[in-house]
Amino acid sequence: MRAAYQVCILQAMSIRHGLLALLERGQMYGYQLRAAFEESTGSTWPLNIGQVYTTLARLERDGLVRPLPENEGGQRPYEITDAGRADLALWFATPISRADRPRDELSIKLALALTTPGVDVRAVVQTQRSATMRALQEFTRLKYTSDKPEDLPWRLVLDAMIFQTEAEVRWLDHCETSLVRHRPAPGRPIAHPEAVDRAADEARR
Amino acid sequence: MDGVLELRDVHRTHGVGEAAVHALRGVSLTVRAGELVAVMGPSGSGKSSMLALAGGLDRPTGGEVLVEGEALGGLPARALARLRRRRIGYVFQDLNLLGSLTAVENVALPLELDGTGVRAARRLALDALREVDVAGLADRFPDQMSGGQQQRVAIARALVGERRLVLADEPTGALDSQAGEAVLHLLRRRVDAGAAGVLVTHEARHAGWADRVVFLRDGVLVDSTAPLIGVEHLLSGSGR
Repeated sequence: MRAAYQVCILQAMSIRHGLLALLERGQMYGYQLRAAFEESTGSTWPLNIGQVYTTLARLERDGLVRPLPENEGGQRPYEITDAGRADLALWFATPISRADRPRDELSIKLALALTTPGVDVRAVVQTQRSATMRALQEFTRLKYTSDKPEDLPWRLVLDAMIFQTEAEVRWLDHCETSLVRHRPAPGRPIAHPEAVDRAADEARR
Repeated sequence: MDGVLELRDVHRTHGVGEAAVHALRGVSLTVRAGELVAVMGPSGSGKSSMLALAGGLDRPTGGEVLVEGEALGGLPARALARLRRRRIGYVFQDLNLLGSLTAVENVALPLELDGTGVRAARRLALDALREVDVAGLADRFPDQMSGGQQQRVAIARALVGERRLVLADEPTGALDSQAGEAVLHLLRRRVDAGAAGVLVTHEARHAGWADRVVFLRDGVLVDSTAPLIGVEHLLSGSGR
């Protein structure tokens, strides 16, 4: 079940920098990197070996790691370069930008629901709240059942998901409260060019 | 037995005529042993009214409330009070421990009121305190404990003896997030051990501990959710 969550987590997470961070500890070959990656993330993010080699090839191309001679076992270790170290330091020093995240389809959907005739916005809000709540329940359940000390990395990932889903529910609650007070402007044509101009004029004032 | 707590088409109206306020309008809900149900909803949606009715602290104007199969409506006041003491545990936001009693005395009180001997009551109370990891504070008074410790004692009191239904209204109150989480963890553990729990909260993160979350709006249950097992729905739900 975890593997499925990892799909979405991994999208936002850099395997590249994960491998660089591991090589900063010392030289390693592919299978060692994979094992170390899983170990350091509490087996939260299993990698397949193909991902490791593809990423290593890109890192090598960009001059961030360099391959060493094969050992007796026929394994080729890699080491981090100075450029790789600089890149890693920059990664740790840089916050994840909101702009790097995909556009928030939910807020766009709600904004459109508000201005689209015949849409029950409260129902849209509730449908989303239920879906988000279910995810929150599951994240909490997983956290509750992962109580061993070595589960800490996984629990922290779950905490991140819990806080994110909680924030979404709170925002939806806020939307609902605002909706109760909302009185749509009477008879305003949707997306009529003049209306858009007028709204723009009003916004400027 | 099916449900430890059953609400059957429960109505609660305050006042009459045009001034009547309908706090609950036909709420049906069953909570089984081993199940924790969270109740969410905006202020004034009827959450606390529902909890008061479930606990026999208030009587419905329509419908029926059953605790372990016994209809509360048919019970005379004395029998109802007895059932409340024996079978229902309450945890409220405001720590309602008695300031003049120690932790263990607070926990033993409902048992003693119900006729259990002082020694036996103390023994059971100590067991309950041990279960919530504050046995070492048994002889402290509430003002000698932190908020989190007091709330643990309140939970021990709610669950002491044979009670199988615990009703919690914003039990984490003003506790910090770690202490609050510990309280929910305890509640969850007790429910997993066979109690039935109802948790009223406006915090989604707290409701996340429940097996089922029901949403109240204007006195009506509008939705109910269970944990989302598997992630395919989650991923499609997020639009990816």
